[in-house]
Amino acid sequence: MADTHDNQVRDKQVRDRQGLDKAAPATSSHRQARAAGGAPLLDVRDLTMQFGGLKAVDGVTLQVHPGEVVSVIGPNGAGKTTVFNCISGFYQPTGGEVYFQNRAMHRLPGYRIAQAGMVRTFQNVRLFKEMTVIENLLVAQHMHAERNLLKGLFKTPGYRRSEKALMQHAGDWLERVGLLEFANREAGNLAYGQQRRLEIARCMVARPRLLMLDEPAAGLNPNETRDLDDLIVSLTRDEGISVLLIEHDMSLVMGISDHIYVVNQGQPLADGSPEDIRRNDAVIKAYLGEE
Amino acid sequence: MPKLAKQTLKKAGTSPAETIPPQPSYRRPWWSALAAAVLTLVLGGSVLGVQLESTGITTTVRLMGMDTWGWLLAAALAVFLHQLVRPQIEEWRARTRKPSRFSVPDVMSGQKRQLWIMLAIGALLIFPFLSNRSAVDLATLTLIYIMLGLGLNVVVGLAGLLDLGYVGFYAVGAYTYALLNSYLGFSFWEALPIAGLMTALFGYLLGFPVLRLRGDYLAIVTLGFGEIIRILLNNWTELTGGPNGIARIPKPTLFNLEFSRRADEGNIAFHEFFGIDYDPALKVIYLYLLALILVLITLFVIYRLLRMPIGRAWEALREDDIACRSLGMNPTGIKLSAFTIGASFAGFAGAFFAARQGFISPESFTFIESAIILAIVVLGGMGSQLGVILAAIAMTLLPELAREFNEYRMLLFGLMMVLMMVWRPQGLVPLKRPQMELDRG
Repeated sequence: MADTHDNQVRDKQVRDRQGLDKAAPATSSHRQARAAGGAPLLDVRDLTMQFGGLKAVDGVTLQVHPGEVVSVIGPNGAGKTTVFNCISGFYQPTGGEVYFQNRAMHRLPGYRIAQAGMVRTFQNVRLFKEMTVIENLLVAQHMHAERNLLKGLFKTPGYRRSEKALMQHAGDWLERVGLLEFANREAGNLAYGQQRRLEIARCMVARPRLLMLDEPAAGLNPNETRDLDDLIVSLTRDEGISVLLIEHDMSLVMGISDHIYVVNQGQPLADGSPEDIRRNDAVIKAYLGEE
Repeated sequence: MPKLAKQTLKKAGTSPAETIPPQPSYRRPWWSALAAAVLTLVLGGSVLGVQLESTGITTTVRLMGMDTWGWLLAAALAVFLHQLVRPQIEEWRARTRKPSRFSVPDVMSGQKRQLWIMLAIGALLIFPFLSNRSAVDLATLTLIYIMLGLGLNVVVGLAGLLDLGYVGFYAVGAYTYALLNSYLGFSFWEALPIAGLMTALFGYLLGFPVLRLRGDYLAIVTLGFGEIIRILLNNWTELTGGPNGIARIPKPTLFNLEFSRRADEGNIAFHEFFGIDYDPALKVIYLYLLALILVLITLFVIYRLLRMPIGRAWEALREDDIACRSLGMNPTGIKLSAFTIGASFAGFAGAFFAARQGFISPESFTFIESAIILAIVVLGGMGSQLGVILAAIAMTLLPELAREFNEYRMLLFGLMMVLMMVWRPQGLVPLKRPQMELDRG
């Protein structure tokens, strides 16, 4: 079991080295998938979230297909993060439905949604700051760990194998995001950009189908943003996961998204490919104001 | 632009001594010192300087003698002078502070560490045979507190759930054995696992509704739980004997061999079986060894738990429960497991306590016990096992060594806490992160 996994990872590394990393995003094929009406991975219908008299999210509908990078953009306070919180179960939406792999998610608590395969990051980094980098990645694999207390107490062979596989997996991801040398450093002592990368690695070791990133480029310098760009592209390409992204950095969004949803004041404003959005009058108006 | 560069250069060139931020200066050191001295006099005077005497039905306040008040005045003067020069002292301390002082050497790794542990266990095994009876008795008490400290450390230090009613679980364990024995005739060894399970059940039942709360609210509810248990035991006279407690709880046996002068019916006394003279010290030594074994098992189990997924999850939950949820961990379940496991150790300790004392009453399970156990965890350095052991030893030995200050025990206790918080807020032996080997080919 552990061996096959190792091989997969090694293959991936070989492919990385063979210069596959600059392949253009396969936008056209995704567009076809969307048009052909393949089953979406995530299907959000008419999502509504009301806080007292305030409708923070009103009728947002969005879909993420397998292998896609989908972005949600909008001016500050448009309700993007609220949409995220509703989808990931941190808020109970007051209306609408969320289906993930055809399973209803909108009544489940957050941890069940994560177990189903939707893992998210937060706007402000939420690492376990006093734990070491490697421990952060081990904790993140909790749902894949051998959690039987007796097996752990007596260190049965099965338990040892499981722990070893977790370590291996964590090490692979550390290598991938370039943090291997900091493995035993406390996570809170890393530089900000490294913390951001570690947070994404921590999500990835949880083996999600859909990665939800809430402003991953916030506070990064242009170089780090470019690295992040490469990382996200490689995640969808090599790991076959989908990414749902909230971001303010327009160059990042336009560069990597297959599909963009624009939200303004809680309501859906437009959606389409990056080119469509760039040319959309309503979007320009919302961002720049009326002339 | 050149101007700016010059400024930065200049800034970078200044010596570190010049860049030390100014110490908070007290604008009126005289006034704050005077206020502290008066406060000392008022507090000290009300505690030590007067005595309440009841003559008949009236209570009169009698002033203590001149010498007591002389000491109080001297103390007030000392506080006054200290407050006056405190800014200077703090500045001096900040200047002379070394980056690290006492710390446990962490070079001990692998075999060397194992060797030390073996030596320590060996010494602890030999100790009762070389020592006198009262010392062994005290060591047994210390071991009980170590066990309680280790158990509470799981809940407070690792999972970060402030539990002020831990003594409630201790009581449940003790009464489980006492009641099972007096009503159903269970022996210590039969009752021990049941006591552990029973307390785990209580921990689960309490934890289930309560663990949605956090921080202060959780502390208040657990405090209430501890009191409820004690008051219940006090008032349910038909079952528990109320304030009279339960007496004649038998001591543990060794494979049905008893350590009393005359064995109960059906049992054989240890000294008769081996044909040696009756020695009451043997009983004390046996209890000590038993406690030692229980502590070693506790240590081992918690050591393993910490390195298992569940232990990592406890610590992660203490740091950020929202991040935990986003990674698919069920916070309630994880908290509940910490609460339940921590409680079960109190149950084992309680059953042993009942067996050692031979008599228990609700008076043994007051809030002050919870406070002492919590103090052990905090003093030791939250989360660290070695720290808890050292702190438990300090907390049980110091009051014994300072017997003549018995009246002022709580004062000393408070003083110790204050000094610890000033000098070593992270505890005696702060928790060190385990360093892991990553073998990369």
